Amino acid sequence: MIKVEHLVKNYGATNALSDVSFSVEKGEIVGFLGPNGAGKSTAMNILTGYLAPTSGSVSIDGLDIQKDPIAAKRKIGYLPEQPPLYPDLSVEEYLNFLYELKGCKADREKHLREVAESARVYECRKKLIKTLSKGYKQRVGIAGALVGDPAVLVFDEPTVGLDPKQIIEIRNLIRGLGRSHTVILSTHILQEVQAVCDRILIINKGKLVADERTENIARMTARTRRFKLKIAGPQKEVLALLEKIPGVSRAEVLSERDEDSYTYLVESGDGVDLRKKLFYTLAEKDYPLVGMETLGVNLEEVFLSVVDTAEEAASARRRAPRRNRGRASAETDAGKELFEAAAKKQGEEEKTE
Amino acid sequence: MKAIYKKELRSYFVNPIGYIYLGVFLAFSAFLCCYTTLIAGSYSTANYYSNLILSFIVLIPLLTMRLFAEERKMKTEQLLLTSPVSLTGMVLGKYFAALTVFAGGILVSCVNLIPLYVIGAAERNGTSSQMRQIGPVSGEIFGSLIAVLLLGAALIALGTLISALTENQLSAAVVTVGAISLMLGASLLGRMSDADGQPILAVAFRSILDWISVFSRFSLFSTGIFDYAALIYYVSLSFLFLFLTVRLYERRRIG
Repeated sequence: MIKVEHLVKNYGATNALSDVSFSVEKGEIVGFLGPNGAGKSTAMNILTGYLAPTSGSVSIDGLDIQKDPIAAKRKIGYLPEQPPLYPDLSVEEYLNFLYELKGCKADREKHLREVAESARVYECRKKLIKTLSKGYKQRVGIAGALVGDPAVLVFDEPTVGLDPKQIIEIRNLIRGLGRSHTVILSTHILQEVQAVCDRILIINKGKLVADERTENIARMTARTRRFKLKIAGPQKEVLALLEKIPGVSRAEVLSERDEDSYTYLVESGDGVDLRKKLFYTLAEKDYPLVGMETLGVNLEEVFLSVVDTAEEAASARRRAPRRNRGRASAETDAGKELFEAAAKKQGEEEKTE
Repeated sequence: MKAIYKKELRSYFVNPIGYIYLGVFLAFSAFLCCYTTLIAGSYSTANYYSNLILSFIVLIPLLTMRLFAEERKMKTEQLLLTSPVSLTGMVLGKYFAALTVFAGGILVSCVNLIPLYVIGAAERNGTSSQMRQIGPVSGEIFGSLIAVLLLGAALIALGTLISALTENQLSAAVVTVGAISLMLGASLLGRMSDADGQPILAVAFRSILDWISVFSRFSLFSTGIFDYAALIYYVSLSFLFLFLTVRLYERRRIG
C-alpha cells in the first residue's frame, strides 16, 4: 500500500532523513517511533506530499507522490501534529469545506455524517471549532482526515497534549479505524505503539534502526523477567537475602515504603521462574511477602537497546577525528534524554500502583 | 480551487475584515464622489476615479494580508498542501476570492453615480433640445471602472505574493502598503520630470519609473479610450505576481 524507498531529506547542511526505506501492507497499523527530533514529522510530511524529499521516492497504492501528487494525495488522510483547523468555522462547515477541497463524489450528507460519527464529533457539529476542547479538536482533525474515505491514514502524534481519558479514546478510535484503513501513526510514547500498532518502525537521527512486529519486540524482552516485591522486614537483610537466591541477576530497593515493608525490584535471567523459590526462601526467614507483581514487557529497554546499538555502531565507525566531537556529544545528549524519558515513565508506572 | 475560493470568500465575512473593507471603501468613495462632482459642480468622473485609487494603498493590504499569512500561522497550510489540489489552484482560489470582494465593492460604489445621472437628466429637461450632451459621460465611467478593476487586480496579486512571504499578517499589510506607496511615488516622480531635451540617462530613468508605476497607466481609460497596452500591462503584472507566489510554494516544499 505504501512503499518508501531510499528517502533522504536535507535541510541545507543538516540531514533530517538518511536512506529510509520501508513498506506498509494494506490494513496494517504501523507505529513510527522515535525521540523528539528524530525525523518522524519530516518523514510524515514527505509521505503526504507536504515536503519534497531530497532524493528517494514514496508511492501510495502504486501512485508516486512526486510524479502524480493529486491522485496520490486523494488516497491519504493526514492529521499533522497540530490539527489544521479553521477556528471560525463550525465543525459541519469545516467538514463541508474538506468534502469540496478533496473533490469527493460520495453522497455528501451521508458521507459527512458517517465521518463525523466515526470520529464522534457528530453531536457537536454545529459548534464553532474555536469553542471546542483540545480533545474534540483532535477528533475534528481525525474526522477531517477521514473525509473522502482515503485508504491510508497518517497521524502525526495524535495524542500529544491530551488528558489520559482522551488519550484512551483517541487510541481506541485509531484501533477501530485500523480495521478498514492502512494507518501510520507517529509517536514518542512507547505504550501507544504497544497499545495500537501491529508493527513498529523505530527511527533515530534520521535513520531507521528497527522494523519489527509488535509481538516480536515483546518476545525480545520476555527473556528477562522482572518482579516487584513488597516484603516486610529490615531492608538490608532482605536485600542481601534476595541477592543470594540462585537465578537472581539483579535486586534493588525501590524508594517505596509502606509501614514496615519495603519494595524491591528483582530481575532473573533467561527463562528462570523465581516466584516459588522467592516465596519459600522469604517464608523460611520469616520475612512475609506482602505483595508481588510481575512487570510487563518494557519497550523502553528494547527501544534504548536498539537505539544504543545503532549509535554505538555509528560512533565506532567514526571514532577519533576531532571534528566529530560536537556530533558525538550531541548524541550522548540525545541518549541521556531517552534515558530520562524512560526513567520518567518508569516512575509513572510505579505511581499508578 | 472552487472549494478554496468559496472558503476564502466566506472567511471575509466570518471575520470582520470583509465588512471593514467594504464599509471604509464605500464611505470613502461616497465622500470622494460628492466632493469631486457634486460640490465641484462637474459631471466629469476623471478626478473621482484618479483619487479613488489612492484609497487602495490602505485598503488592498486589508484584503490580501491574511490570504496566506494566516494559513501559515494556523498551520492550516499543511492541510491545503496535502489535499488533492494543485498549487496553482490554491493560489488562484485565494486570489479570486480577494478580487471578488474588491470588485463587489467597486460595483456597489457605482450607486454614487446615480445622483449625477439624475441631475444631468433634470438639467437636460430644463434646457432646450440642443443641449443633449449635458450629464456624465458613460464611456468615461466604463473606462474608469475597467481601469480600476485592472489596477486592483494587479495590486491584489502583489499583496497575495507578499502575504505568502510571511506568517505575520501585520507585516504582510505593512509591506504591501509600502510597496503600493512606492509604485504611487514612482508615478508621481515620472509625471514631474519631462522627457523633452533631457540627457539619455534621465530618459532611461523615467522609462523605468514608468514601467513600475502602475498608476500612470490609468489616465487613458478615464478619457473613455480603451488602452490595450495598459490592459496587457496589468494582466501580465498580475500573472507575474501570482506565478511568483506559486514558485515560492514550490521552492518551500523542497525546503
